[in-house]
Amino acid sequence: MSHNTLLVFELTILVLAIFLGFEVISKVPTLLHTPLMSGTNAIHGIVIVGAMIVLAQPDKDAFEWVVGFLGVVLGSANVVGGFVVTDRMLEMFKKREPAKAPDADDHGGTGAA
Amino acid sequence: MSTNLANLLYLIPIVAFILALRFLSNPARARRGNQIGAAGMLVAIVVTWIHAGSTSWWAIVVAMIIGGGFGAVAARRVKMTAMPQMVALFNGVGGGAAALIALAELHRILPEPGRPKIDFALAIALSGLIGAISFSGSLVAFAKLQELIGGRPITYPGQKVANLALLGACVALSIVLVAGVQDEWLLWVVIAGALLFGVLFVLPIGGADMPVVISLLNAFTGLAVAVGGFELENNVMIVAGMLVGASGTLLTLMMGRAMNRSIGNVLFGAFGQVSASAAAAAERDGGTVRSAGAEDVAVMLAYAHKVVFVPGYGLAVAQAQHDVRQLADLLEDKGVEVSYAIHPVAGRMPGHMNVLLAEANVPYPQLKEMDEANPEFSRTDVALVVGANDVVNPDARNNEGSPIYGMPILNVDQAQTVVVLKRSMNPGFAGIENPLFYNPKTVMLFGDAKESIDKLIEDVKGL
Repeated sequence: MSHNTLLVFELTILVLAIFLGFEVISKVPTLLHTPLMSGTNAIHGIVIVGAMIVLAQPDKDAFEWVVGFLGVVLGSANVVGGFVVTDRMLEMFKKREPAKAPDADDHGGTGAA
Repeated sequence: MSTNLANLLYLIPIVAFILALRFLSNPARARRGNQIGAAGMLVAIVVTWIHAGSTSWWAIVVAMIIGGGFGAVAARRVKMTAMPQMVALFNGVGGGAAALIALAELHRILPEPGRPKIDFALAIALSGLIGAISFSGSLVAFAKLQELIGGRPITYPGQKVANLALLGACVALSIVLVAGVQDEWLLWVVIAGALLFGVLFVLPIGGADMPVVISLLNAFTGLAVAVGGFELENNVMIVAGMLVGASGTLLTLMMGRAMNRSIGNVLFGAFGQVSASAAAAAERDGGTVRSAGAEDVAVMLAYAHKVVFVPGYGLAVAQAQHDVRQLADLLEDKGVEVSYAIHPVAGRMPGHMNVLLAEANVPYPQLKEMDEANPEFSRTDVALVVGANDVVNPDARNNEGSPIYGMPILNVDQAQTVVVLKRSMNPGFAGIENPLFYNPKTVMLFGDAKESIDKLIEDVKGL
């Protein structure tokens, strides 16, 4: 594929992604806005892929080496931290469904653990 | 692995990310969605690993262990109440990574003969600029929320002009770079300027508006990553980055709407400058502050028909969500009708209170959104405000001069009695005076929210 064809193709998917992003998010209830922010935060951790490509470059010099290394460090912190934080938040939303069924007050302790 | 095969396999993470967002529309499936997203990310990493070849594989592994280890430990250790600053921090490092990629790419393509292609140059300049703003801006937001620096807006004369000039200079230099000037140091200057701009841009924004800022910076990082995808001709970065860019923008707008303020006003209004006049006005109106002991409040609560809890950031700071739940249970046992009124921007993130009360296992039906809660206040005996301030400030309704005028609020002042749990008479995080405290219906219960609630529990039990 020539460079320009590729560019047009990339712009097409970029624009489609914009509309898809709007579409998907407009259905998320306020209740879940914090996990949403945190979840999208984890998804832009995809930047790690870019940093990996930089660091895997075969003919890189010391500068690219250092920058790529730092990039992978930051990117993996973004990915792991983002997903773990989101999981911890969402875990709390899930826990409540079964707890509601018996309708028994568990004072303080979380029956589910 | 060929590029075509890699791009084909990148469809897996792309679909996974879309599903992750899609599943977030339902609390019961949201967690599964997040796990699908994480699995997609793993696929993206493995595909890249194989496709990019294994040069310096050990460096990649070491970097991943350092970064991932930090991320995992920080994310596991953080308390639920400190989530907003954690999100800000992880957002910042993502932006920083995007800016670093821009630096490395420019460094790689400059020695090649001929001028760099204009779209590469544009992508490099943009992701450097936006990524750097997101990085330093997020770190300042983190510092503000962590209370390493004051939450109050920091302002000085000519601030907006200075900020605008700085941003203008960064953009101008980026254009020079794109126009074909092949100097690597130009990008360094752009990034340095953008880092400074990120700091200056977030500093004047009051603590209460941090959720909006974090959401916006989240969108910025997404955009920087998407643009980075153009540098590396990487589809998954373009799609995932732009999904985040678009959703972050929409979320930011939605939050602005919930506060009835434009995003411009949030970002450049230096919202929440302490206006001494408001306090003076309250004094002039002859308002005095009435404070009470826990025993008195306990009696009020136990003999009420209907009590509404209004949680705010103070609840989060004091980690009082479990105690509040306990008090609510105790009151219910005594036949009191209990509910929680949740303002959409209470706390430091949208839906922050929902997360905390979910942690304390408060039943869903007791959580009332603003529209549902407001008509109820007129038949409420006691509105118990736990560490909320701006979201119950009647100035938003009545005082055109107030910086929050026009923001929809919870009308707690329509309840028979309002009890406000607060640490002291200092204005809240946003630094705005609240005439609710001077209302004759209002009783203040000073002290740490958790300790006050615990005292209330003791006293209600003793009745």
